[in-house]
Amino acid sequence: MEPLEPGVLDGNAIGGLLIEVFGTEMTAVVGTCGRCGTASQVAEFAVYLPGLGTVVRCRHCDNVLMVFVRAHGVTCVDLQGLA
Amino acid sequence: MAGTAVRGRLTWETATVASVADETARVRTISLSVPDWAGHRAGQHIDVRLTAEDGYQAEREYSIASAPGEPVSITVERLEDGEVSPYLTEELRVGDELELRGPVGGYFVWDVADGGPLLLLAGGSGVVPLRAILRHRERVGSTVPVRLLYSSRSLADVIYRSELDQPSEGVTVIHTLTRQQPPGWTGYARRVDQQMIAEVAWPAADGPLAYACGPTSFVEGVASDLVAFGYPPRRIRTERFGATGQ
Repeated sequence: MEPLEPGVLDGNAIGGLLIEVFGTEMTAVVGTCGRCGTASQVAEFAVYLPGLGTVVRCRHCDNVLMVFVRAHGVTCVDLQGLA
Repeated sequence: MAGTAVRGRLTWETATVASVADETARVRTISLSVPDWAGHRAGQHIDVRLTAEDGYQAEREYSIASAPGEPVSITVERLEDGEVSPYLTEELRVGDELELRGPVGGYFVWDVADGGPLLLLAGGSGVVPLRAILRHRERVGSTVPVRLLYSSRSLADVIYRSELDQPSEGVTVIHTLTRQQPPGWTGYARRVDQQMIAEVAWPAADGPLAYACGPTSFVEGVASDLVAFGYPPRRIRTERFGATGQ
């Protein structure tokens, strides 16, 4: 697992967002990167909060795993980076 | 899985401020009365939402400072350029209302069944969820041995100082003061490093469980020190927040 740069957060920071989207607690769930195959708990993913949306990356290969964009009370979710 | 759109399912509720208490010059604990609170686990957090008169909303997450079974409280550090923390630490009064949702989190939590020994590592206000773990341990009468290594800038920045000065049996608190030390200070006076970890941490052979919470740079440093000291990564639970003091 690559160390995170200062200012980058981890998956704990999106626990509320994930409950909002999936209806259940997700930070302890294991997700697998669709590019490098690294499996880790969601709480250990790298999370980039500032900007227009929330971007979640693999700690091993930096692949984008999940993107969340909220507009008009609706959260749009892209999970294509997960296996 | 292709992109999809879903409506929110975690609901915001209104809490009332029951009490406020200053911990340091920049840190305040806010106790909340939340109707129908379903309870929480030690280490979880809540999301707090503020709405301005013009409708602008800001959301922040705060670790729950109280143990399961106690009223929900959060401990907030004032960030000078913050959007939310100056309001929470300076403007908010008893009786005011606050929007929150939670509890949130299932990874950075400690239940009695998780056992120990516990190594708790705090950078600055990263001590907050660890304090919930300490209070929970005491309330349920757990005898799991605990060491808390707590990094602060100075003695005046130590949160929960009087509480941590009287730890329950089996709990050892070790401070390091990174920027300023009082006269006669004999404790650590530097950032946590591998040498300090080697002196403070339970040996890996004891099967310890570690929780590290603080700014990202703090957590990255202590987590890699612990791995170098022999801790398996799966026994190190981490939670990072945006840059503040340690």
